[in-house]
Amino acid sequence: MSMTILTVDDSRTMRDMLKVALMDAGYRVIQAVDGVHGLEVLEQETPHVIITDINMPKLDGFGFIESVRRNQRYLGIPILVLTTESSPEKKNLARRAGATGWIVKPFDSAKLVDVVRRVAA
Amino acid sequence: MDTMAAIRETFFQECEEQLGELEVGLNAMEEGVADSETVNAVFRAVHSIKGGAGAFKLDRLVRFAHTFETTLDLIRSDQLATSPAVMRTMLRSADLLADLVKSARSGDAVEEARVEAQIAELKALTENVKEAPAETGAGEAEGLDFQPVLLALDDLGASESQTARYAIKLIPAPDLYRKGNETVRLLRELSRMGEFRVECDARHVPTLDALDPEGAYLAWRVQLTTAEDEASIHELFEFVVDDCELEIVVDRAGPIAAPEASAPVELAPPTPVAVANDVVAPADVAPADVAPAEAPVATAAGEAERAKAEPGKPEATATAATIRVDLERVDRLINLVGELVINQAMLSQRVLEAGLARSSSVAAGLGALEQLTREIQEGVMAIRAQPVKPLFQRMSRIVRELTDATGKIVRLRTEGEATEVDRTVIERLADPLTHMIRNAVDHGVERPEVREAAGKPAQGEVKLSAAHRSGRIVIEVSDDGAGIDRERVREIAIKKELIAPDAQLSESEIDNLLFMPGFSTAQTVSSISGRGVGMDVVKRSIQALGGRITISSRPGKGSTFSMSLPLTLAVLDGMVVKVADQTLVVPLTAIVETLRPKRGEVHALGVNARVISDRGGFAPLIDVGQELGYRRDAADPVGSVVLVVETEVSTRCALVVDAIHDQRQVVIKSLEANYRQVPGIAAATILGDGRVALILDIDTFVARTNRSAQEPLLAATG
Repeated sequence: MSMTILTVDDSRTMRDMLKVALMDAGYRVIQAVDGVHGLEVLEQETPHVIITDINMPKLDGFGFIESVRRNQRYLGIPILVLTTESSPEKKNLARRAGATGWIVKPFDSAKLVDVVRRVAA
Repeated sequence: MDTMAAIRETFFQECEEQLGELEVGLNAMEEGVADSETVNAVFRAVHSIKGGAGAFKLDRLVRFAHTFETTLDLIRSDQLATSPAVMRTMLRSADLLADLVKSARSGDAVEEARVEAQIAELKALTENVKEAPAETGAGEAEGLDFQPVLLALDDLGASESQTARYAIKLIPAPDLYRKGNETVRLLRELSRMGEFRVECDARHVPTLDALDPEGAYLAWRVQLTTAEDEASIHELFEFVVDDCELEIVVDRAGPIAAPEASAPVELAPPTPVAVANDVVAPADVAPADVAPAEAPVATAAGEAERAKAEPGKPEATATAATIRVDLERVDRLINLVGELVINQAMLSQRVLEAGLARSSSVAAGLGALEQLTREIQEGVMAIRAQPVKPLFQRMSRIVRELTDATGKIVRLRTEGEATEVDRTVIERLADPLTHMIRNAVDHGVERPEVREAAGKPAQGEVKLSAAHRSGRIVIEVSDDGAGIDRERVREIAIKKELIAPDAQLSESEIDNLLFMPGFSTAQTVSSISGRGVGMDVVKRSIQALGGRITISSRPGKGSTFSMSLPLTLAVLDGMVVKVADQTLVVPLTAIVETLRPKRGEVHALGVNARVISDRGGFAPLIDVGQELGYRRDAADPVGSVVLVVETEVSTRCALVVDAIHDQRQVVIKSLEANYRQVPGIAAATILGDGRVALILDIDTFVARTNRSAQEPLLAATG
């Protein structure tokens, strides 16, 4: 059975790009459009890996990660954040919120899949 | 590559949406709305465009978006105040961003100098901030410089087959697990890099009663012989370096040195997971099924977040699932539904003719079919419908550019942006609307000093609104300017011989002179304080869309132009009339009134011209049957029905027809596509009895008859 990856991003473009890259690599992809939606999707299904954007309406990536980590049920799920800024500050904020790792945008598919594979069980 | 092209298309569509959000947000900020949701939405819009542009290597767009974003970030963090000057720069930057997106999409050129100038303008704002003392992380803003290039360490690693042996020591902190990282995966990845030996140090595992299931007690030593370089190994630990004690050294010693190791384990590279799982299982698996009772906590938190987030922007990003459909397919569907409507009408008529009782089951079933057909028709029409929002947003840019050019202070207020109307109507509305907005700013709103002298606020307002009203869309452009100077309008109309010097005109008739062709010329533009730039063109465009435009004005208070348009161009509200045994359809929008003339109201004018008295004036009588070549002699207007129609050419005309049959919605069938263009005829439709009925094009029909000695329009075509 292929692994399921939840992508949380308000940009349709990004969602599409992630989906294409991940599906090509054999993953199953479920999507959410912002943090709040992401939490809703998680109530329905537990993915193997979560990839989330930071800048999103309603609930941003940091808030989303914190909410996910607060729930014991999702404790072990690797969460990768998508970030355009390769600045250490964003990474640290994400780490403090409980992110497993990060993917710097723009990413190429191979790199993305490589990082996902690295954190996926 | 097809998928990439599709995503690229999605990106540009999304850009349009983001640019819309940006515009709305910036306009709100300009009006003093500075809540964080608005500012964040603005920031996010630019950020998203930058992100996508980076993926498609649109470097120029990325570069500008980045500079723009950096400045917006300062506003977001309250380091830069939203003064009018700053907001002007932001709005101009938004305009340029829109142009750059367009340029990336369609290849339209954007001058490099303009980009540079705008970047310089933005940088000037950020530099001012950097000079300020109480600034957090001055270097950070600089270090934030966007890098569209990936750190492709993997590729570098595969350079030479130089192998080296590394000794790696890893002591995880509990946080490593809490963030979803796991030593088992790290070890697995290491094992894939080359020859791999690992030993586990389990000395610190406490007794079961003291064991925290989420704790980290195991330490690891790895000996790795690999062709990959040290950077690649470091990259593997990229996510965990701060959550563990990590030591990576080039190991020159012989076989694995394990003086204090308690449980050496050797992992065969092909099956590292299985082996490692056995070892790490206690710490890793446990958290997954611990305390389900806590689950509701996070749910409640999510609920709270949602409640907090929603009132701010209710319709913000309601991401309804969408699919992209070729417009042609939709049109084909619309066409087919049109056929369905016609067939259904025909069927109804046959049933009626067959003399079946209305209460019969066939009639009842047909009634249900009719209802369904109408619903399908509405549903299909709705597919083509789009909100007027993007159109309205374009107008705010026009207002901005005009205020810059004229020195007037004008604010555009929009209402009913979510109102939906047929896509084609929207497209064809852009030009007339632009024209009217220009007029409102240029000729409607007074200069600030004039306004203040009149006791009005210096800032004028142009309002653009859309609403659905009884199956049509009504769009209004109004301003709070000086209103129409009727004396001047009258003078000009007399001078241009559009009206007689002694003509008695009501206020609304004077206002409507603005729509007359020939009223406005370049000269009147500069001399008249009211309006009048090519309003005849506007009116013609609106009428071509099956719409009507009206004007109302109050001196000193302003003017309102109101347009009423059909929701779709696929159907038309028509009056079905009989003329010499032929059935014709006259667009309802053109008809002002219908009359049954009395003898005394018809006056002969010359040999065969006749006029009818109508509201204090005279309207020429046109016999439709004669004009179309259906009959040689004109029918007697007395005893016929007269439709008073309004055209752009002469204000009013009276069309003589034999009888009014019906008033209904008809499905428009192009005559040009199925036969050829016929002057005076706009299109055709198929009636319930299966016969084709021509739809009159009032403007060309009347224009044609106005010329003397014309041939009957349909004589040649039979």
